[in-house]
Amino acid sequence: MRKGIRAAKGVTLGAVVSAWALAIGPAPQGAAAQTLTMGVGAPVTSLDPHYHQLSPNNAVADMIFEKLTHTDGQARLQPGLATEWRAVAPTVWEFKLRAGVRFHNGSAFTAEDVAFTLQRLPNVPNSPSSFAIYARSIQRVEIVDPLTIRFHTAAPYPLLPLDMFNVRIIDAETHANATTEGFNSGQLAVGTGPWRVVQHRSGDRIEFERNDTYWGDAPAFQRVSYRMVTNDAARTAALLAGDLDFIDQVPTSDLARLRGDQRLAISETVGLRLIFLGLDHARGENENSPHITDNDGRPLGRNPLKDVRVRRALNMAIDREAITQRIMEGAATPTAQFLPPGTFSHVPDLRPTRFDPDGARRLLAEAGYPNGFRIQLNSPNDRYINDARIAQAIGQMWTRIGVRTAVEAQTWATFIGRASRAEYSAHLIGWGSDPDASHPMRNIIASPSRERGWGASNRGRYANPAFDAALERSLRELDEPTRERMLMDIQRMAAEDVAIIPLHIQTNIWAMRRTLQHTARADELTRAQDVRPATMR
Amino acid sequence: MSVALQTAPAAPAKDRVETPFQRFVSEFCESKLALLGLAVFTVIALVAILAPWIAPQDPYDLAVLDIMDGRLEPGSKSGDGSITYWLGTDDQGRDMLSGIMYGLRISLTVGAGSALLACIVGASLGLLAAYAGGKTDSAIMRVVDLQLSFPAILVALMILAFLGKSVMNVVIAIVVVEWAYYARTVRGTALVERRREYIEAAQCLALPTHRILFRHLLPNCLPPLIVIGTMQVARAIALEATLSFLGLGVPITEPSLGLLIANGYEYMLSGKYWISFYPGIALLITIVAINLVGDHLRDVLNPRLKK
Amino acid sequence: MSVYLLRRLIQAVGVVFAMSLIVFIGVFAIGDPVEILISPDADQIERERAIRALGLDLPLWEQYLIFLGKALQGDLGRSFVFNEPALQLILQRMPATLELAIAATLGAIVIGLPLGLYAGLRPHSLGSKAIMAGSILGFSLPTFWVGLMLIMVFAVQLGWLPSTGRGDTVEILGMRWSFLTADGLAHLVMPALNLALFKISLVIRLTRAGVRETMLMDYVKFARAKGLSPFRVTFVHVFKNILIPVVTVTGLEFGSTIAFSVVTESIFAWPGMGKLIIDSINVLDRPVIVAYLMIIVLMFITINLIVDLTYSVLDPRVRLEGK
Repeated sequence: MRKGIRAAKGVTLGAVVSAWALAIGPAPQGAAAQTLTMGVGAPVTSLDPHYHQLSPNNAVADMIFEKLTHTDGQARLQPGLATEWRAVAPTVWEFKLRAGVRFHNGSAFTAEDVAFTLQRLPNVPNSPSSFAIYARSIQRVEIVDPLTIRFHTAAPYPLLPLDMFNVRIIDAETHANATTEGFNSGQLAVGTGPWRVVQHRSGDRIEFERNDTYWGDAPAFQRVSYRMVTNDAARTAALLAGDLDFIDQVPTSDLARLRGDQRLAISETVGLRLIFLGLDHARGENENSPHITDNDGRPLGRNPLKDVRVRRALNMAIDREAITQRIMEGAATPTAQFLPPGTFSHVPDLRPTRFDPDGARRLLAEAGYPNGFRIQLNSPNDRYINDARIAQAIGQMWTRIGVRTAVEAQTWATFIGRASRAEYSAHLIGWGSDPDASHPMRNIIASPSRERGWGASNRGRYANPAFDAALERSLRELDEPTRERMLMDIQRMAAEDVAIIPLHIQTNIWAMRRTLQHTARADELTRAQDVRPATMR
Repeated sequence: MSVALQTAPAAPAKDRVETPFQRFVSEFCESKLALLGLAVFTVIALVAILAPWIAPQDPYDLAVLDIMDGRLEPGSKSGDGSITYWLGTDDQGRDMLSGIMYGLRISLTVGAGSALLACIVGASLGLLAAYAGGKTDSAIMRVVDLQLSFPAILVALMILAFLGKSVMNVVIAIVVVEWAYYARTVRGTALVERRREYIEAAQCLALPTHRILFRHLLPNCLPPLIVIGTMQVARAIALEATLSFLGLGVPITEPSLGLLIANGYEYMLSGKYWISFYPGIALLITIVAINLVGDHLRDVLNPRLKK
Repeated sequence: MSVYLLRRLIQAVGVVFAMSLIVFIGVFAIGDPVEILISPDADQIERERAIRALGLDLPLWEQYLIFLGKALQGDLGRSFVFNEPALQLILQRMPATLELAIAATLGAIVIGLPLGLYAGLRPHSLGSKAIMAGSILGFSLPTFWVGLMLIMVFAVQLGWLPSTGRGDTVEILGMRWSFLTADGLAHLVMPALNLALFKISLVIRLTRAGVRETMLMDYVKFARAKGLSPFRVTFVHVFKNILIPVVTVTGLEFGSTIAFSVVTESIFAWPGMGKLIIDSINVLDRPVIVAYLMIIVLMFITINLIVDLTYSVLDPRVRLEGK
């Protein structure tokens, strides 16, 4: 909104001041509905919806393109380009498509486009992380009629509708030989979504205009300027200065100030990202873990983390309330599981572990470590909200029960490779879940297995055959209530064995002018269609 | 300007009654400001050296920190009432006063250590390049080109990836980044100097190369070197702060002044100014003191500024 | 002269070659790009595909040879992240950085030279002591901290200047420049000042040191004795002599300004090469890192060549050919 005014009057001090006055004054609804200037913290690298499976790219792709299934702010599955779906046979899913939907260039949306999209997923050249995994279960696509499509799978597969919310549909005619560069230039960024791309300045901003023929709720702004401002403090300052109307990834340290500002509003929701500690299960009971020694710095000759009592002690030693209040400034929910309350397969009776340092010391003594040992906790320092601070706080807490902890924080680029090679004894890391507990469990707790495609992110190398078998059974169950019960039991099993040490689930926070309102999303995506002018204050 | 007007600058004088050192001391003491700088610097250096004995808390010991005391205002008492945080605490509940005292140690080590090492390496190579000329010169200067074009961040990332994270490795990273700077500047000056008559005279006397380089050429290249040197101490400290800001600096559990500032940076907008303000003040005073001394040193040591 | 230039050219090729090798090994040592780029829920098959797609399944030396072969044909590879030719990506971002670096360098000279001259000519006046004290601030405060303070004061509190980003641009020679529009200039002021701070101090100090020395030189004394006006002495005789170190250092600084614009660019959300390189380093986008460094190295070599040539013009005592 500021932008439009400035362009009209030229850049004079007067214009800046009057624009600011207009912007913070009593909401001028007409002007406010013109242009929305958003500042996002993560750079968008491509407009190709199938090139790189990466949250910031997905957020922008969600403004241009649409999927068969959508999710609402609380990550519940909603109809998207498909109006309904069901398993017509144990291995056949049928999707009914929405009628009357057109792409930005007027071309009609049909089952052909869905089939075309699925066929493109594994064939995007040079893709560093493709979307092929979401179509892997599909053996054959059957077009029943232009608005009905069936997916045949090898075995019963309950997660297909969930996978489909990652797949953005493109047009078979427009995108026949589409290249990533074509999408990036904006020319091929043609979808069915609420916004059209006007201009893409890589690494700087993307300008959108409203798609007036959109089938769903009409977008609230004529134009959107989507800008990348990666430095946290600078983004907050730009909002305070009135250069941006809306920002995401609000740092917890600025939260108190922004809440106290009469001109601004905050929107927040519990997210889907769990912050947890991975422990070294890779070394056997009688092997040395790389960063664990006795109190004099000599090798222990065994891996204490293999003893469930030690894992429990480390878990009980953590004061999650203190971390939430003091480090996260309230913007987190302590937890003992992957998903927040209210999502599918959340276990209501699995409470966050109680802080009990005395109990932890007793357990350590019982396990044969009355004087503790030394350990190094590794953490990234540029990845998750307050990551290195949390690691230091845990260092304090572990040290108090006698496990003297050194904390090493480094950039994600150097951290992640080592974590993946299981070079750490204990590491802090996060996981953004799909709203289904099988998703995190398959990836980070299940034993690594190439043929199942499991455990690729199991960096502690936890391995439990009973757990794997139970998970396998749940993934063949098509009855949702039964499947949910099974997933809950498996989560209890993992918690009992302290496969990982869950800390908290992050709260996602956005800040904006008071004249705006926003539907916060658990999946962290920042999209213009979720922002509207505030209804009467 | 014509060549005829030039005369060689005063060669090191040997016929004075005072020893060069006495002369140096008496000249240095002429400036009250420089003496003040020296005094302040001495105090700072003492604080840094004596930190483990005079600091109220060991800010590197995670066992004595408590996040429940995190971000307390200056003058607050700790939760158990055992100490008063005169300059407040940071997000980990670290006493800022102790943090600053210990941080000074690290920052001074990093600043002085890396500036000195970089100066020795850079100046020697720069002198050699200028004096030897030809292939040696080209080789050294191309390495300088190569070095100067590497972003400090990438160099730091590579070195920390190879060697791991520690204060020493940060020093190494900064030396690798900065030495070329000295080399380039010294060579520039030396190229002019080596054409002067006093060097030719020395060459005619068949003095050994190292003697010509270090006894004759170097002193006359000193003024710009000291300008850069004193600035580079400051720059090295600031560079370390920047590396810390980017997550590539010293270990987080052993914060330098720079890391304290970088940590507090995130709290600047929220009014918790003390987390980065006091370390900033400490850094500023240190650097001003070093430069007051350095500026005057340069004037005193400069053979061409003799009245 | 042409022999000299040819020799420098051959050396330049050697330097670029050495640099690309160092980067290849360096990036390999830092970490694995696929680990950083891959979606966390990708399975093992997808991870293997990504490794092959980026050509990282081959041994390092083979990857390097392939790179060399393509580089000789002018192809520096495609960015892992953007899937665009790395060279094109960098050239797109270059005008923004050049603009910033030139503004900062000009600013440093325009502000630094007069202040330094004054401080050198009147070393004991209060004004020059204030200048010298002020110049210490320029290099003792970390850039990121000063940058945020500038934003807080001039954008948030006073509202005089836009806080971040690049303003309106005009397209000239296929590149986007912002310094020709009022909006663009307004956006340029703060980042340029932030980047110039260190250089202003440097120029002040070098100028002052140079002036103080030169004033005591015999030829200056002689010129004064001859009865030349102080103005002429200062601006013809003194000025000429202090330009050498100032030219060296500003020339050098111009290069490192570009290399060090990383911090300023990321704080001011300035879409230049510095921001590109830090983002690329964070995800180990090797083709972009290599291409960026090659361009920067070439630029440094050119700047150094210009500095050397300028020497010989400014000071005839320096001869280019060596012996």
